[in-house]
Amino acid sequence: MTRSLLIFLGAFAAISMSYTALALIPSLQLSTIEPTPGTADYTFEEQRGRDIYVRDGCLYCHSQQVRPEGFGADIRRGWGSRPSFPGDYVYDDTHQLGSMRTGPDLHDIASRQPSRDWHLAHLYQPRSVSPGSVMPAYPYMFEVKSRSNVLPSDVTVPINPEYAPPEGKVVVAKDEAIYLYEYLMTLELQPLNEDGASQ
Amino acid sequence: MPESDVTPPSSTPGLPPGASPDTLEANWRRGVDRSTRLPVIAFVGSSVFWLLIGSIFAIIASLKFQMPDWLVQSGWLTFGRIRPAHLNTVIYGWLSMGGIGIATWLWARLLKTKLRGRWMLMLSAALWNLGMVLGTIGILIGHSRAIEWVEMPYYAFAFIVPAMLLVVVPFVWTLRHRRVKHLFISVWYLGASMLWTPFLLIAVLLPIYQGVPEATVNWWYAHNILGLWLTPVGLAAAYYFIPKVIGRPVYSYHLSYLGFWTLALFYNWAGVHHLVGGPAPQWLVTVSIVFSVMMIVPVVVVAVNHHMTVVGHFKKLKYSPTLRFVVFGAMSYTVVSLQGSLQSLRSWQEITHFTHYTIAHSHLGVYAFATMIVFGAMYYIMPRAMNWEWESPRLISIHFWTTGLGVGAYFTGLTIGGVIQGIQMLDPSIDFLTIVEDTKPWLAVRTVAGTLMTIGHFVFAYLMYRIITRSGTRREGPVYFHPAPAGMFGSGAGDGSSAETTATPSGATRSARSDDDAERPGL
Repeated sequence: MTRSLLIFLGAFAAISMSYTALALIPSLQLSTIEPTPGTADYTFEEQRGRDIYVRDGCLYCHSQQVRPEGFGADIRRGWGSRPSFPGDYVYDDTHQLGSMRTGPDLHDIASRQPSRDWHLAHLYQPRSVSPGSVMPAYPYMFEVKSRSNVLPSDVTVPINPEYAPPEGKVVVAKDEAIYLYEYLMTLELQPLNEDGASQ
Repeated sequence: MPESDVTPPSSTPGLPPGASPDTLEANWRRGVDRSTRLPVIAFVGSSVFWLLIGSIFAIIASLKFQMPDWLVQSGWLTFGRIRPAHLNTVIYGWLSMGGIGIATWLWARLLKTKLRGRWMLMLSAALWNLGMVLGTIGILIGHSRAIEWVEMPYYAFAFIVPAMLLVVVPFVWTLRHRRVKHLFISVWYLGASMLWTPFLLIAVLLPIYQGVPEATVNWWYAHNILGLWLTPVGLAAAYYFIPKVIGRPVYSYHLSYLGFWTLALFYNWAGVHHLVGGPAPQWLVTVSIVFSVMMIVPVVVVAVNHHMTVVGHFKKLKYSPTLRFVVFGAMSYTVVSLQGSLQSLRSWQEITHFTHYTIAHSHLGVYAFATMIVFGAMYYIMPRAMNWEWESPRLISIHFWTTGLGVGAYFTGLTIGGVIQGIQMLDPSIDFLTIVEDTKPWLAVRTVAGTLMTIGHFVFAYLMYRIITRSGTRREGPVYFHPAPAGMFGSGAGDGSSAETTATPSGATRSARSDDDAERPGL
C-alpha cells in the first residue's frame, strides 16, 4: 500500500466514523420521537413569521433552549418551567437552537410575555420597553402613518412617548411584524414531568 | 505553456561550465514556483478582497452594539444579516481562498514538480468568487439560512462545492507526477483536508436533517471546518515555514505523524460540546467532551514540534515577517486548542456557554491562529510566485502590530466581558438588562480592536496590490523588518528544499542544505 493511499483511507475512515456517530445515529435515534404535548406544526402565518426570524438572524442573539435545573440558572430566571426536550423541535426545519445570549432565551417567551402590544413596540423600538437594550430596532417592519389614514384593519402600536412619532402620526405594524409575533407565541413550553409526560 | 516538467538536476556530470548544482536546482525550483503563479494570484488576490469586505461587515456589526439604532431603516444592514455575512466572507472568502492559494504553492514546492491542471484552479477561483458574491448578497437580501457557519443559501454553495471539488483534481494530478518519495507532513495535512472539506460541505448541505439532529450536524460541521480545513492548512504552513525560515529541521519526525493521526481521529468528534446542557442526547455531548479533552494530545505534540524548532532562534523573529506572523499563529494555536479542551468541560461551559467568551475563543482560533499564519505564509509565497519583493518593511510592521495588538485586545476584552456575563447570568437575582449594561464596555473594546485589525488589513491589501502589479522599484534581496546581520539567514538557513527532508525517520538531524534562491535567504 502506498503512503498516499494510507493517508486517504485513514482520513476517510476518520471522517465517516464521526459523521455516522454525530449526524446519522442521532437522526435515527430521534426519528421516531413524538412531539412533546403542546407542540403543534406551524400554521401558514406562524411559518412565515419563523421565516422572518430566520431571515433577519434573531438566532445570533437569542438561543431557544432552556437548560435543566442544576446546569445554569435558566429555570430560576423564569425562562421556562422545564428544560427543553428534543420533542419540542420536531417541526423545526431550520433549527434555531442558538449559541448566544446577548438577549434572553426565547424558548418560552410566549409564557412570560404574551402581550402583542409589548412585542410590537419592542420590535419597533426595543429601548422604548427595555431601557438599555442593545437590540436593533426594526422600523422597516412598521409604517408611520397619519392618524387620518389608518384603516380599520390596521394594527396600531402604542409607543412610549419618548420614542413615539410626531403628533398626528401613528405606528402601524406591517404583516411581517405580526407574523413574527405569531411565531414568537408558538414558543411556549408546557409543564412536563421529568420523563417528558404531561403533568 | 506545455505541461512538461523540468527535470531536476541529478548530479554533476554534464553541467554547463560555471553552473553549480545548487544554482541549477535553484533555477529549477523557480520554475516550479512560477508554475503556481496564476492560481496563486487568483486565490490569494480574491482572498484579500474578501478579507476587506468581511472586515467592513465586522465593523458595522460591532458598531451596532454601541449604536443599535444605526442603519436600521432597511433589513439588509440589520445585525442578524451583517453578522453572518461577516462570518461567511471571512471563512469561505478570506481563509478558504487564501488557504487554497497557499496550498497550491506548497503542493508544487513539496512535491518538487510543476503544478498540473492550472486551468482547473483558475476555473475554480472564478466559480468560488461567483458563489461568494451570490452568497454574500443572498444573506444581505434575506436568504440567510441562519444555520451557523453555513448561512449562505444553496445557490451560493451550488458554485462553491463544485469549485472545491475542482481544486482536488489538479492536486491529485500533481501528486501523481511528484518527484519525491518521502511525503513531508504538510502534504499529509493538505491532502487529507482536500478530502475532508468537500465531505463536510456536502454532508452538511444534505436536506435530510430536522430539529435537534440538524443542530448536531450543524456543530459537527462548524467545528470541523475549523479543525479539518483551517487547522490542517495552518499547520501545514507552520510545519513548512518555521523550519524553512529558521534553517533547521522540524524537531521530531515521529511526533509530526503522531500529531496528524491523533488530530484526524479526535478532532472530528469534538463539535457537539456546543450543545452541552441543551436538548441533544446526553451520550453525544459526553462523547464530544471526551474527544475535546483528548485533543490535548495532538495539540501538545504539534506545540512541542513547532516551539522546539523555534527555541534558540527567537532573535530571528525580530527580522523575518514570515517567521513573526507564523510563530504568532503557531503559539495561538497552542493556546486556543488548550483553551478549547478546557472549556468543553461542563463546569466551565456552565459559565461561558452563550456568552461573548465564545466569540473571543473563536477569534483566537480563526484570527490569532489561522489568519496570522495565512498572513505569514503569504509574505513568503508572493515574492517567489511573483518574482518581486514586498514594497515596504515599515508597512509590513504596521500590519503586524495593528493585527497582533488588535486581536490581543479583542480576545482579552471579550474573554473578561464574557466571563463576567456568564457569572452574572448564573445569578437569577441580577436583572438581565443589568447584564446587558455591564457588557457594553467590553463590546466597545471589541469595536476599537476590530478597527485596529481592519486598518492592518487595508495596509496588507495595499502591499498585496503593489506586489501583484509589480509596482514600485525592484528591491534587491528579501524584505526584513530590520537589516539582518550577516549570516543570520545565510547559507544553511531558510533552506529551500530541506525543510521537507531534513527531519529523517531516524531522528538524526542533517545540516540544512544551502538556500533555494540565494538572493532571498530566509524569507
